[in-house]
Amino acid sequence: MTIPSVSIPILSFIVFTPLVGALLLLLIPRHQKEAARVFAATVSGFTLLLALWAFLAYDRAAGGYQFVERMSWLPELGIHYYVGVDGVSLPLVLLSALVLFTGVLVSWNIEDRPHELFAFMLLLASGITGVFVAQNLVLLFFFYEIAIFPKYFLIAIWGSTRKEYAAMKLVLYTLVGSIIALVGALALYFVSPVRTFDMDVLRELAARGAFAQTVEVFGQVVRFDYLWFLPVFLGFAVTAGLWPFHNWVPDGHSAAPTAGSMFLAGVVMKVGAYSALRVGIELLPGGAVYWLPVVVFLAVVAALYSAAISLVQEDLKYVIAFSSIGHMAFVTIGFAAMNVTGLTGAVLQMFSHGVMAAILFATVGMVYDQAHTRYLAHLGGFARAMPMATLGFILGGLVAMGMPGFSGFVAEFQVFAGIWAARDTAWWYPWVAILAAPSIALSAAYILRALQATFFGELDRWRYPHVGDVTALDKVAIVTLAVWFVLIGVFPRIMTDMIQTGVEPIVALLQGAMVASIR
Amino acid sequence: MELSWWAHLWSVLPEIVLVLAAALMMAVDAWLPEGRKRELGYWAIGGLAAALTVTAVQAAQLAGGIAVPYEAFGGSVRADLAAMLFRVIFLLAGILTVAISMDFRPLRQSGEYYILLLISVLGMGLMGAAVNLVMLYLALETVGIALYLLAGYLRDTPRSAEAGLKYFLFGVFSSTIMLYGLALIYGFTGEIAYARIAQALAGLPAPAVMAALLLILVGFGFKVSAVPFHFWTPDVYEGAPTPVTAFISVASKAAGFAVLIRAMIEAFPTAQANWVAIMAALAFVTMTVGNLLAIPQRNLKRLLAYSSIAQAGYILIGIAAASPLGVAASIFYLGIYTLMNIAAFAVAVIMTNVTGSEEIRDLAGLSRRSPGLALAMLAALLSLGGIPPLVGFFAKLLVFAAAIESGLLWLAIAGVLNAMVAFYYYIMVARAMYVDRSPEEEKPVWISRPARFTLWFTVAGVLLLTVLVYPLYLLAQMAAQAF
Repeated sequence: MTIPSVSIPILSFIVFTPLVGALLLLLIPRHQKEAARVFAATVSGFTLLLALWAFLAYDRAAGGYQFVERMSWLPELGIHYYVGVDGVSLPLVLLSALVLFTGVLVSWNIEDRPHELFAFMLLLASGITGVFVAQNLVLLFFFYEIAIFPKYFLIAIWGSTRKEYAAMKLVLYTLVGSIIALVGALALYFVSPVRTFDMDVLRELAARGAFAQTVEVFGQVVRFDYLWFLPVFLGFAVTAGLWPFHNWVPDGHSAAPTAGSMFLAGVVMKVGAYSALRVGIELLPGGAVYWLPVVVFLAVVAALYSAAISLVQEDLKYVIAFSSIGHMAFVTIGFAAMNVTGLTGAVLQMFSHGVMAAILFATVGMVYDQAHTRYLAHLGGFARAMPMATLGFILGGLVAMGMPGFSGFVAEFQVFAGIWAARDTAWWYPWVAILAAPSIALSAAYILRALQATFFGELDRWRYPHVGDVTALDKVAIVTLAVWFVLIGVFPRIMTDMIQTGVEPIVALLQGAMVASIR
Repeated sequence: MELSWWAHLWSVLPEIVLVLAAALMMAVDAWLPEGRKRELGYWAIGGLAAALTVTAVQAAQLAGGIAVPYEAFGGSVRADLAAMLFRVIFLLAGILTVAISMDFRPLRQSGEYYILLLISVLGMGLMGAAVNLVMLYLALETVGIALYLLAGYLRDTPRSAEAGLKYFLFGVFSSTIMLYGLALIYGFTGEIAYARIAQALAGLPAPAVMAALLLILVGFGFKVSAVPFHFWTPDVYEGAPTPVTAFISVASKAAGFAVLIRAMIEAFPTAQANWVAIMAALAFVTMTVGNLLAIPQRNLKRLLAYSSIAQAGYILIGIAAASPLGVAASIFYLGIYTLMNIAAFAVAVIMTNVTGSEEIRDLAGLSRRSPGLALAMLAALLSLGGIPPLVGFFAKLLVFAAAIESGLLWLAIAGVLNAMVAFYYYIMVARAMYVDRSPEEEKPVWISRPARFTLWFTVAGVLLLTVLVYPLYLLAQMAAQAF
């Protein structure tokens, strides 16, 4: 197969525009805060346009990896600057550009060191996008680690309530996970018959069963993919907030500033799930077939447990934070279906939940900016003061509930359909669907409870004398995000077509491994 | 083969330039009036830069195959790419150290400070090139004496005097033990040249070789501050004038590794199985102890001292791998480490000038006070922690990859776990700069022009070398093949 390539390195532009922007931003004189904001908005807006352009220019009929760029970096060790996008990664590239742009807009009024704030946000976005486009394992880790330390500063400097504790917890959790996965990747490199970190070559090798060989560890002979799948998959799944490694999520999401929460729930968790798919499932398909039936029950627990906990939270941000654990669990459940429908649903869920989490945290942040509290008991009646934010929250809430006509329904329906369709391969599949389904009902309950407590009822004018509407920039952010719910809800094919082309090779890989394991 | 007089001189040309520069500086020192002593720094930089230029030309000739490696002065020194690359590290460290010394307040500007620095660089150059036991010991002592004096240079400050004395006592003690090991080797083999020792050792009983090896490693372990020979490090680092600390932490350590690598590979190839086990154990203990003891530190220089112990542990991983990749990874790591550690110490120098304190808590509010300085420190710390996009990431990746390739998976896992511990305390320093507040955060920070140069050079290095990682790796690889 010849790899199509374009003359403009569009993906490099998408990845490095924020990075270069972050460096230039720091050169703007300190007192010119407005200039820093405008510059950050320009850079992120430009990045979003580039991402949109790539999304539209992607040849859906051809599928596969497109906009490929490859340059030597450390060729003797098989490390290359190798980027490309397929139907799975491109929606996520778009997602991170969306969250970056809207995150900059809702952070406009932060007065404390906006230069550094936007620089860290841009750096974070650069790392995240880099993970989504990387086609070389070392490059993937390179960007994955870039996406870790800015989070510490975003939370510890601009966050609230136990911010330093939450920041350190989050960073250590994700760092431990990623480093365990990194050791797995290095092990993969050294058992591979071809010494390369290029993921396309490693996938080929995986398809031919190269990683199903046995290795000896501490005197035990085990299959390499059985041994390493769990460390690699779970190492990344820490960042995706999979139970029982989810503990950083509620603290981190709640302590972060608004834009930080949007990033964390919106894209950072997807970085974990995406890497788990790309490195864990795709490079170790034998291990995936063997272990996913176990892992899926962690996800079922996560879905039920987090939805139940959301229902009793008193802090509005904790409600949304726990809900994101539950929604990300559906991504893992979709992976476990191991068929096209389930995986398409999982990837669409990543995009849908990303936009939804971003809009929910953005509107919660808008409320918090004016109310200075997030306690449901103290809130109420904000709908009249800020109708646009209320609309944003309601739309996000409808997506979270899986309401037909919105993107969340399309995604979660496909996940369940995929799980159900797989019932012929193993007896436990229907049980996954049956056990996970109540979480949908619970999510409707906690969303309605939060909505009611925050936006409806009577506004306490004595407590909040100066509550006014949100700024025009906030409205732009809300619209930019909300458009996608409806668009995907009504025309799912603008996403699903593309995602399917990316998912089909993965499913073929898994089917091959399944056949091999039966034999 | 009979060498021409020019070939003899060529092998130590950088050292000759340094001797001339030191002699010239003595004259300049006498001639400069009292008020203009600061200019001595520029003379020192000039001398080091001249030597660096010579070395760079020689390295290019060796790398390009125009010159071939050979041994000169009756098999005392070898002119090969490894010797030249290590010289580049020492000279670069020397230049950057002089640049941060020039406006360091406690240091009265005087000729002998810079001359001592030049002499220690000279000795290091010979350490990197030494291929027999006598030359090795002479070079080691030249460096040692110059550095003992530099560490105790602030005679009036008790802490500095204590640092000088402590460094001296530990130094002589360990070098005496090492000398005993060298004597054993000579007694067993009757040889002083590495290559012949290697042949003669092949027929010797293993316990005898092992005993000599262990004694010699005491001396090397002291130089690179490997655990358990590290006890001097925190006190000396804390007490010595900060620019001297920077210099000891990079150049002296690199020189220690230069002799360690060369001696192990060239003189003890037959005992490889033994020293690989020792190096792996040393690497594990060194990085673990260094990192764990760094966590409770409140003084920036002590924290950097323990961090530099831990860094020595990572570098030892490459040597323990005992493969071309491992040795190249260690050399690569040393080059990168020079840049990032000097960057961190440069910030310490500037902050000591401004606040008169070396406590981490006095970095509070630095990101408001001087955003650029805080950013430079952040880059240095993250690079030391192995976080991309800084080049420290590749340094760690290479040593861990080398360990896994050589079947030392446990050491690689211990290494990555250590990297996480290290990340914690580096971030705690960054936290002081970025999160904590201070009543003095409105006062500007004055950074002298030479110190600014050091900061720009080192920070640009750790940022840009990420892109240029391949040429640098190739150089390290070629140097590793020289052994």
